[in-house]
Amino acid sequence: MTPSQRPGIRRSALGLRPPAASVASAELVPQPSLTLDALGKKCPIPIIMLADRIRDVPIGQVIEVLADDPAAKTDLPAWCTLKSQEFVRAADLPVGWSFLIRRTY
Amino acid sequence: MAAGDAWYFDAASAEPLHPSGRDALLTALDDGWADPARLHRDGRRAQLLLDQAREAVAAEIGCHPDEVSFTGSGTQAVHLAVLGAVQARQSASRGPGHVVTSAVEHSAVLNAADWLHRVTGTAVSSTGVDHLGRADIGEFAAAVRRDRTLLACLQSANHEVGTLQPVAAAAAECQRASVPLLVDAGASAGRLPVPGGWSLLAASARKWGGPAGVGVLAVRRSTRWRPPFPSDDREGRRVPGFPNVPGVLAAAASLTAVITERATSDTALRALVARIRAAVPRLVPDSVVYGDPDDRLPHVVTFSCLYVDGEALVTELDRAGFSVSSGSACVADTRQPSHVLAAMGALTHGNVRVSLPRGASDQAVSAFLEALPPIVAAIRQTVRARPASNPPSTGKSSAEVTA
Repeated sequence: MTPSQRPGIRRSALGLRPPAASVASAELVPQPSLTLDALGKKCPIPIIMLADRIRDVPIGQVIEVLADDPAAKTDLPAWCTLKSQEFVRAADLPVGWSFLIRRTY
Repeated sequence: MAAGDAWYFDAASAEPLHPSGRDALLTALDDGWADPARLHRDGRRAQLLLDQAREAVAAEIGCHPDEVSFTGSGTQAVHLAVLGAVQARQSASRGPGHVVTSAVEHSAVLNAADWLHRVTGTAVSSTGVDHLGRADIGEFAAAVRRDRTLLACLQSANHEVGTLQPVAAAAAECQRASVPLLVDAGASAGRLPVPGGWSLLAASARKWGGPAGVGVLAVRRSTRWRPPFPSDDREGRRVPGFPNVPGVLAAAASLTAVITERATSDTALRALVARIRAAVPRLVPDSVVYGDPDDRLPHVVTFSCLYVDGEALVTELDRAGFSVSSGSACVADTRQPSHVLAAMGALTHGNVRVSLPRGASDQAVSAFLEALPPIVAAIRQTVRARPASNPPSTGKSSAEVTA
């Protein structure tokens, strides 16, 4: 597997992008069809919630996971790689992070 | 307990003391208790044992005996290597300088670099790795700068996933830039030949079957190094305080023994690791094996199981009689996931590191492979994980996708 097949892994694991508040980037950020609140839940619970619910959004649409367990920063992109789903981005929240995942199949 | 001993799978944390090391330890407790710095006969006898140990270790790591010092641990050796090399090269004109490490170094290296950063303002570059955990030598080389870098650090092999690092290439780049290279050989010393090209080298005896409380620090004569702490005349002025002569002698005896046995033990352990690497993805749905399948330590295999809590997995395996370690956050004192797995983009939850001790048996591995799938299934059931969604069939297993 080449690094290009692992979208966002380094960015998300080693340094998150700036928050979505920036006007310039706001247009580029897809709107989630569904948001899962996993704040306060330890890994692997956020991943289990995502795996359980991703089929509730249409193919091509985006699901958002809110989580504050540090392991989620690594494990959500890693899950997407394993499951061939698209990891769109991670952004800082006041507490934790917002992760966007696009359902590809 | 015989079964418990047979199922000890955490040799990368501590290999059981080798019988040769045990014999040497007991002998040296009787013969090597005196102060080796004294001129009387008891002191001379202790000094003779210490010299023998130093020669044996120097021969294995490929250097002159006076370049070798014994420390109280591998971590202490790393700290002394990093701080002593950097502080010897700091100057008014150079300022606090710059250190380069890979992102997957042992925490001893990262902590020493971080300490220098906080205390003296030294800049630290942590360079990336690929999905196997292998340092990106291009990024590493680009970070090493002749005009400001005081030290570069690269491990011989990764302690969590077993992947060997490109030490020869790193050494060539460092030589070109006239920057000293610290090789942390902790994970591989005794198990594989020590790579050449280092300026400083650190290792830990308990990882090759020596006793706890003995580390090795080697500094080339041509490498500038200054004691970073108050010093005395022990161990070439590198490690202050009364040396642990019995422990050092046992460490050297164990090292000599494991090197003699290496030809057979290496093949046997590699076969068992290959068996685990092949079997886990087949027996456990949604599991991934990490690390280089070939260019690797002989005794370490690491995998992660999706939707499983690492602490529960380690606890249940322990109840079933298997001692393993884990890079999952819930198992770490810091509650942070393994920085190695994170840098690789690997799954950090449900993680297990199996590291086989010498003499690990086929039966022990069979028992592990039999016990693991129902344990994982039971943990998944308790967290009510639904059967996972899978990508459209590509004919590849999950292991092939990443490993």
